[in-house]
Amino acid sequence: MLPKALGLGIAALILGSAAMLGLRAESWALRPADWAAVRFTLLQAALSAVLSLGLAVPLARALFRRRFVGRSALIRLMAAPFVLPVVVAVLGIVTIFGRAGPINAVLETFHLPAVSIFGLQGVVLANVFFNLPLATRMLLHGWQAIPVERFRLAASLGMPPSAQLRHLELPMLRAQAPAIALVIFLICLASFAIALTLGGGPRASTIELAIYQALRFEFDLGRAALLALVQLLICAAGTLLASRLTLPPSFGAGLGRSLDLPAPHGWRRRGDALLILMVVLFLALPLLAVAAKGLPGLLALPLGVWPAALRSVSVALASALLVVLAALVLALAQARRASGWLELAAMLPLAASSLVLGTGLFLMLRPFVAPQALALPVTMLVNATLTLPYLYRLLLPEARALHSDYDRLASSLGLRGMARLRYLTLPRLARPLGYGAGLAAALSMGDLGVIALFAGNSGATLPLFVQQLMGAYRMDQAAAAALVLVGISYALFWVFDRIGHHYADT
Amino acid sequence: MKTTLLAAGLATFATTALADTPVLHVLTYDSFTAEWGPGPILKAGFEATCGCEVQFTTAGDGAAVLARLKLDGDKSDADVVVGLDTNLTAAAAPLFADVAPQPNTLPVPFADPKFVPFDWGYFAFVYDNTKLTTPPTSIADLAASNLKIIIEDPRSSTPGLGLLLWVKAAYGDGAAKLWNDLADNIVTVTPGWSEAYGMFLGGEADMVLSYTTSPAYHLIAESDASKSAAAFSEGHYMQIEVAGKTLTSKQPELADAFLAYLGSDAAQSALITTNWMYPAKTPAEGLPQGFETLIQPAKSLLFTATEAQEIRAAAIEEWQTALSK
Repeated sequence: MLPKALGLGIAALILGSAAMLGLRAESWALRPADWAAVRFTLLQAALSAVLSLGLAVPLARALFRRRFVGRSALIRLMAAPFVLPVVVAVLGIVTIFGRAGPINAVLETFHLPAVSIFGLQGVVLANVFFNLPLATRMLLHGWQAIPVERFRLAASLGMPPSAQLRHLELPMLRAQAPAIALVIFLICLASFAIALTLGGGPRASTIELAIYQALRFEFDLGRAALLALVQLLICAAGTLLASRLTLPPSFGAGLGRSLDLPAPHGWRRRGDALLILMVVLFLALPLLAVAAKGLPGLLALPLGVWPAALRSVSVALASALLVVLAALVLALAQARRASGWLELAAMLPLAASSLVLGTGLFLMLRPFVAPQALALPVTMLVNATLTLPYLYRLLLPEARALHSDYDRLASSLGLRGMARLRYLTLPRLARPLGYGAGLAAALSMGDLGVIALFAGNSGATLPLFVQQLMGAYRMDQAAAAALVLVGISYALFWVFDRIGHHYADT
Repeated sequence: MKTTLLAAGLATFATTALADTPVLHVLTYDSFTAEWGPGPILKAGFEATCGCEVQFTTAGDGAAVLARLKLDGDKSDADVVVGLDTNLTAAAAPLFADVAPQPNTLPVPFADPKFVPFDWGYFAFVYDNTKLTTPPTSIADLAASNLKIIIEDPRSSTPGLGLLLWVKAAYGDGAAKLWNDLADNIVTVTPGWSEAYGMFLGGEADMVLSYTTSPAYHLIAESDASKSAAAFSEGHYMQIEVAGKTLTSKQPELADAFLAYLGSDAAQSALITTNWMYPAKTPAEGLPQGFETLIQPAKSLLFTATEAQEIRAAAIEEWQTALSK
């Protein structure tokens, strides 16, 4: 009952908000430029998904089999790009890869032609920057979910790495990769600021930009609703395709121990080291640029930053709690019995335009209450909805494994209800739950989302505050406030992730 | 969650407690009410004399303010709307009541019966005068140069739309060709002013589309004289920011009083160094020191509100086609 109601609620929220716009529409027409936007959106999203996944597979594998000082810190730090507010991250990326950045300075010393960050390459680079860490982390969970006993068996049978890859790792990838590629594809589908800032011109127009234009400048609600529908249809098609391509893994249960086998030496070792180093540089340099820009202004921050931070943290915590509960219910139900439409309902928020969602909600609530009175609750609800797919994706594989490995045992022991949740489900899912809750909290810290439409006298959230500083020439203060934002987001993420690990290890 | 609900409840309670004092609801863009923006000063200034309370409601930028007003329909509680510009007033006019005209010092005549201007500025390309010693002297000159520029998107930002209309006003049917020539100068097109200006300050381009008054901010607030705006011989397109009284206002007298206050010397002086624009009516004490260093365009370009509304869609398409080649 509960999962179905939840699924229906999510679908109603997303489709309903687009329908609310449709109800007020005066005309229904898409333009040729809109189709060009659809094409570019698909192209950049597909390229970004393929590239992120292509890099994440060897990286996750390297991180899985290597042990080095700072490894767990690195894995945890890898979430940082993902929790960065987009505008801040884009400026960080431009600082490093832009005309005045160190990469071009190095190229110049070797008399090589300068590279431009603006264009399709820049859009894809930024998307990879955001999504590679997420893909890597999801894959790493996949690798860690292969019972270590299987690797031992493979080693004792004298299997070379290539055979291990074929018999253990490829089946795991078949089960994980399509869904991960889909998540990234859908994240990039709704891209607005990245595509627009780094795209280099109107060629790089995305559906989300067309929605923005229709809603803000033309008040063409019909066109906005149509565009939102196109985006949702693409999401539905992608979700169907990914579920067709996914094969269930069947490793059986293990004892849940961590890997303690020697990893291959020689060129494989050097290759892994090089890859990890390159990725660390790629991810860390823009982050360092953000930090370096923000530090000098920290002492001169306007006082409003603290109440704004407090508002953002309370929104983030509340929406993290909401989304953890929702994702847990959905993932457990889905693991018990797979249902196509429930899967779609859980993925739908990824392709939902937050602008359409916000406007639709506004139209739904407007007859009953003053929108500004609901600014924060609505932001919580929307953030929870928009982050649901990530959590659901993180939980699902492990919920499935849990079900296939322990359901019969638990049932035969009569372990049910709260006791089962407490002694079996929560401990086994603690790791992805902690990680997911942290991700959700951090994402909703950084999200501007719908608050702009509802904001009234309740005051700005931290991302809005950063935006306002930037809009008032106060770039140094904006950089400092952004650093505060990143710091808090990351701290939230870290605490939740730690809690998850703590429970998983005990 | 609980605390927010509690806070929301308390806020409702507080509003009821103050019910004896009339409340003037002002809808504006969100940077207006920032702690460094004009909002807090204007609120305190007006409340000192009106015997009322000013409550701001904010929505993104000028375009978002209009969208919010339309979404609210006849349920809107806004009495006064501050922050539309003349590109939006034609679409907004049916929602507004006539207001008393106010004296102004705008360089062009202003005769909209429903709105009063409160500040204005010229769009311009801003550059670093320590790096660029001979700036271009016209848009055509810029298009012929190798200089790199960052502009804003006319589909999502006011300055972007301003440049679009600027080129249209200066070149008419030749606008498409000019955009073609300009295409190789454009490093990127950003969704809003802040991204463009931020990247320019970071050294990503030689010039950025902003306002002639931008250098005044650096000069006055940061004592930095290194930014200048290039004067173009075609003239400069203007942005006039206006305020108006809604048809649905429940406090029409207070709304009129607020609009009159907006034109007073006190309010106008506050706007200059919070919005970094020219005042609609130069206050008696003149402009702050530093403004005399700004360029004075020889010619002011501006479409009327109806022209701007009619031209926009076709001009955006023309721009899109020219830059997509």
